Amino acid sequence: MHLSGDIGVWIAALLTLGIFSFLYKDNPAYKLCEHLFVGVSAGYYVVLNYFSVVRPNLLDPLFHGGAHTDFLLVIPLGLGVLLFSRFFPKGDWLSRWSIALILGVYPALRITGFGQGDFVEQIHGTMLPLWVPGHWGTTIGNWILIVGLLTTLIFFFFSKEHKGALGGTARVGVYFLMVSFGASYGYTVMARISLLIGRVMFLLHDWLGVLHL
Amino acid sequence: MSFFANLRRLDRRWIFLAIGLLVVVPLLAGFHIAPVLPGSRAKGFYDAIEKLPPGSTVVLAGDYDPGTIAENYPMHLAAARQLMARNIKIIAVELYPGGPPLADRVFRIAGAEYHKQERIDYVNLGYKSGNEAVMSQMGSSIPVTFPADRSGVPVTRIPVMKGIENFGQIALLVSISAGYPGTKEWVQQVVSRYHVPMIAGVTAVSAPEYYPYLQAGQLQGLLGGMAGGAEYEVLVKHEGLATRGMDAQSLAHVFIAFMILLGNLAALPQRSAKGGK
Repeated sequence: MHLSGDIGVWIAALLTLGIFSFLYKDNPAYKLCEHLFVGVSAGYYVVLNYFSVVRPNLLDPLFHGGAHTDFLLVIPLGLGVLLFSRFFPKGDWLSRWSIALILGVYPALRITGFGQGDFVEQIHGTMLPLWVPGHWGTTIGNWILIVGLLTTLIFFFFSKEHKGALGGTARVGVYFLMVSFGASYGYTVMARISLLIGRVMFLLHDWLGVLHL
Repeated sequence: MSFFANLRRLDRRWIFLAIGLLVVVPLLAGFHIAPVLPGSRAKGFYDAIEKLPPGSTVVLAGDYDPGTIAENYPMHLAAARQLMARNIKIIAVELYPGGPPLADRVFRIAGAEYHKQERIDYVNLGYKSGNEAVMSQMGSSIPVTFPADRSGVPVTRIPVMKGIENFGQIALLVSISAGYPGTKEWVQQVVSRYHVPMIAGVTAVSAPEYYPYLQAGQLQGLLGGMAGGAEYEVLVKHEGLATRGMDAQSLAHVFIAFMILLGNLAALPQRSAKGGK
């Protein structure tokens, strides 16, 4: 056993134990850690965004650029300042100009990205041969994928009541959906256990020094 | 009172304790239940890097923060090791504000092991806000999007950035991702538009979302969570944190599966009493 002499490690370890204490029951130690986390995170992100976003992208090139000063940055500066008008009821409409720009740019970026990356490519990805000579595994896999795709799509077709052939097909789609939910749940369990393992490794290795990696 | 009635009244804290023990004991004991065998998705990730000619340049996006270190950090470190072992130049970017220090740590460790120099063999351009807008702008110009590296050195003075204008000079995009912005956005904004080959290492909770990209050939390889990281560590022959955690992971999974089964069995008499409703 080789206890850490680093004060930062001790603080992190005690805060981790404080958060874990909630598993027993809600208590003041957990509340303290939770409030500390919220406060420190908010402060950290404000400082981080100032030094990694506002200063290098706006303030330095605009006010300390010397001969390379980019005066066009006055426009984003003005739009950024307008966002703060929401704090003043009489002038809060001014913020709509900035929000309009954000709403204009982001959906356009996301729609084009989705159209190219998901819609077209995913349809292309389902155009598979249903008979691959000499490759039974691939043939069966392609059939499962296409049947799963079609039946799941039919499950989400709500313009006609799910009865008869339509109802039966939709029911097959439900089974495919249930398999995918099961897979997602399994992966979620793995993710949560991984996070626990990460914290336990920190406590045993970095803090207590009883685990050798 | 029957066994199942007792089970229904079981204090959930016993389950938490059992999970805790199943994680702590294998880590301390250090036994190996079963060897980690790399699957096709991890091999795809590994092979995509192996196929690159030495001297080519990749973008390594470390889009995660300390919240998912346990899953993302081992695969990030292993990827940096394989890239450096193959003498491939690395341009690192991060779209999570908490990402740059983790990337620095990865390069400090891997760089020392393979005797690589910062700015000559690799560079960390750091964090940039803007999510998809940053990816899209990189398609026009990487030096305009990131005029300086994380320490403020202009990219014009960084040897590894020489000749790099946009994705046209990038041989592979490696995304280590915890969520948004991450792998999905890189596929949408970069792979589809600029046709850059891409591989991804993602958190387990988000992994199912990326299987369609793998099936459609938009991703060459995929590492899902700690298990994916462990498989990849075996392939790069440098077993680390992910491999070490797999026994704990396996035991906890078996226990949870057993508890789900037991919980459903315990609920059966209740459902029968209600007429199956």
